Amino acid sequence: METLLEFFSFSSPNVRMVTLGTVLLGAAAAVVGSFAFLRKRALVGDAIAHAILPGIVLAYVVTDSKHPLVLMIGALLCGWLAILSMDYIGNKTKLKTDTVIGLILSVFFGLGIFMLTAVQHTGRGNQAGLDKFLFGKAASMTQTDVFVFAGFSIALLIITFVFFKAFKILSFNRDFALTLGLPVKWAEFVLATLTVLAITTGIQAVGVVLMAALLITPAAAARSWTDSLVRMIFIAAALGALGGLVGSYISFTAPNMPTGPWIVMALSFFTLFSLLFAPKRGVFAKLQLQRKNREKIITENLLKAFYLTGEKTGNVQAIIAKETLDSYRKFPASEFQFALRKLKRKLHIIGNENGWRLTETGVVKAARVVRLHRLWEMYLTERMNMQSDHIHPNAETMEHVITPEVEAELIKELNRPEKDPHESVIPY
Amino acid sequence: MGGGGAVNDIYIILTASFIAISCALIGVFLMLRQMAMVGDAISHAVLPGIVLAYLFTGERSSGIMLLGAAILGVLATLLIELFHKKTRLQEDASIGVTFTWLFALGVILISVYSGQIDLDQDCVLYGEIAYVPLDLWFTASGMNLGPRPLWIAAGLLLVVLLFVLRGYRGLFITSFHPDYAAALGISTVLWHYGLMSMVSVTTVISFESVGAILVVALLIAPAAAAYLLTESLPKLLSLAALFGVLSSAGGYYLAKWLDGSIAGAISTVAGVIFIVAFVVSLARKSIQTKSIAG
Repeated sequence: METLLEFFSFSSPNVRMVTLGTVLLGAAAAVVGSFAFLRKRALVGDAIAHAILPGIVLAYVVTDSKHPLVLMIGALLCGWLAILSMDYIGNKTKLKTDTVIGLILSVFFGLGIFMLTAVQHTGRGNQAGLDKFLFGKAASMTQTDVFVFAGFSIALLIITFVFFKAFKILSFNRDFALTLGLPVKWAEFVLATLTVLAITTGIQAVGVVLMAALLITPAAAARSWTDSLVRMIFIAAALGALGGLVGSYISFTAPNMPTGPWIVMALSFFTLFSLLFAPKRGVFAKLQLQRKNREKIITENLLKAFYLTGEKTGNVQAIIAKETLDSYRKFPASEFQFALRKLKRKLHIIGNENGWRLTETGVVKAARVVRLHRLWEMYLTERMNMQSDHIHPNAETMEHVITPEVEAELIKELNRPEKDPHESVIPY
Repeated sequence: MGGGGAVNDIYIILTASFIAISCALIGVFLMLRQMAMVGDAISHAVLPGIVLAYLFTGERSSGIMLLGAAILGVLATLLIELFHKKTRLQEDASIGVTFTWLFALGVILISVYSGQIDLDQDCVLYGEIAYVPLDLWFTASGMNLGPRPLWIAAGLLLVVLLFVLRGYRGLFITSFHPDYAAALGISTVLWHYGLMSMVSVTTVISFESVGAILVVALLIAPAAAAYLLTESLPKLLSLAALFGVLSSAGGYYLAKWLDGSIAGAISTVAGVIFIVAFVVSLARKSIQTKSIAG
């Protein structure tokens, strides 16, 4: 608790710098990453993160300076070169996207490592800080770094705002953007530049390998919560910032813990949580929906069984024994017991072990299922010209799906038929 | 790089070549199945496996370590598929999320047990093949058998060769005609996981020598260069293997000349070979178009 208070008082200037820096980076990378995610170019970001290394080393060799701005210019040029090479090789050869991405990623990175080690071995004095681009050293962030990150984040937000409409259409439908006459090439160029910039700043905190996580992981989490692009970007940015906060807090409490990997751990946790528990799109929400549908189908089938067996005797409310129901349709024992309990609780049926009968509300419910089945069979023969011996399986499914609105439309379309194709009366 | 002269040169080049051939053969099938980035993901995801196995056994090159790390590699492909199919997260994102998470876990484990593990981050990223001649293998009676990594790399090559030769038909059919394979009763799933296990094993063994990212260069670059020049699978495999060996030898001398990382230089040469193959394929295409036009 004490460390928590100490951390959030931000009394130490170092903590202030590191936290501010990682939070800004996390948010900025998440905004850019959201577009990359939607354009299914998540791994291109990974490739660029690796591919800028030769540019950084070259910028250092040429200028003999490690100022973040100088190195960023080198990285930017190299990042563009990587993107251009990927496009060019992809267009000119039969190689598939994944091969091209992997090729550029590993060869550029290998070249970068080779240059970096060669520079290190020449014994030039001040090259020591360069390898923070490899592994990221959030803890050693300086005031200059944070100013650069802050300036960059603000610029990024402004550019995203200005180009928002173009980015949006580009992310969802590139061809449509072209037909609208939008400057697609320009928008792509700006977006690529933003991505390279976000990556160049980001890898100083988390390193080459984990940079992809800063781009993709918050976007993947945010996508589970919403279908709106604006909301998705805000959620992604918030999660990215929170990840940065968690990472710097952990390395504050345990100083030998690396910040970058903990940021990624936090982000991965957010994503896993979102993928599992988000309403609507989450795994559990979907499972629950499936279970509900299944329950609806088995109870409706049992209701129908009561109605149809009763219908043969001329009394739909006749008392029916379990054996009769079993012979009408092979219910698995567990499903049968489940549906029976459910119908009893809803007072759709009453009775004891010897037999049950439909109540008034039960008849209404059961008649609706039978009606939908027979109406749909009518529709299939009358309007779709299907043979009457082919329609039953399809109607077995549709009887659980048709909504009251569609039901009304069907009755209107078929002029409220009295009987179905098998000459059974349609109950209204 | 120390003394030892020509013998050490040969040890390093041989070790690198054995690894490069293994990677090239496996890489051809990865490329044909459009799984190059899955290979990249596996090469990162084995890190926590290596660290954990190292903690338990205290050795670098034990069989248990190999097994632990290989299992983690296959687990990563399972996770990627699980995310992709069960949560409908798009495939590229599920690859990215999975491998960064596992790699982050590996780096954290290294920092937690930094006192007990002789693994550092540099080694993880680009390995240290220059130390190959230092790790000698002695028999119980004290006979010097040469560098141990060389033997391990030779063993890897043997396993990969056996896998590719024995499984040639299965790999071929499941790579090119998955539906036809299913009709013949050849299990696509079995060959898929067989290949993934081989990628895991190859990456783990290559890890110490060339690191997590440069093994990707050896998996992809020779296969991609060969694919630009030929379409027959036997030629593709042999050409890729040849490019792997050329990259290893060329890279070694480049590194020696400019005093840089050997693994980095090997990837650089692999990239140069790709560029040459690319130019040759472009030239061939333009000659073909001309002859058709003329």
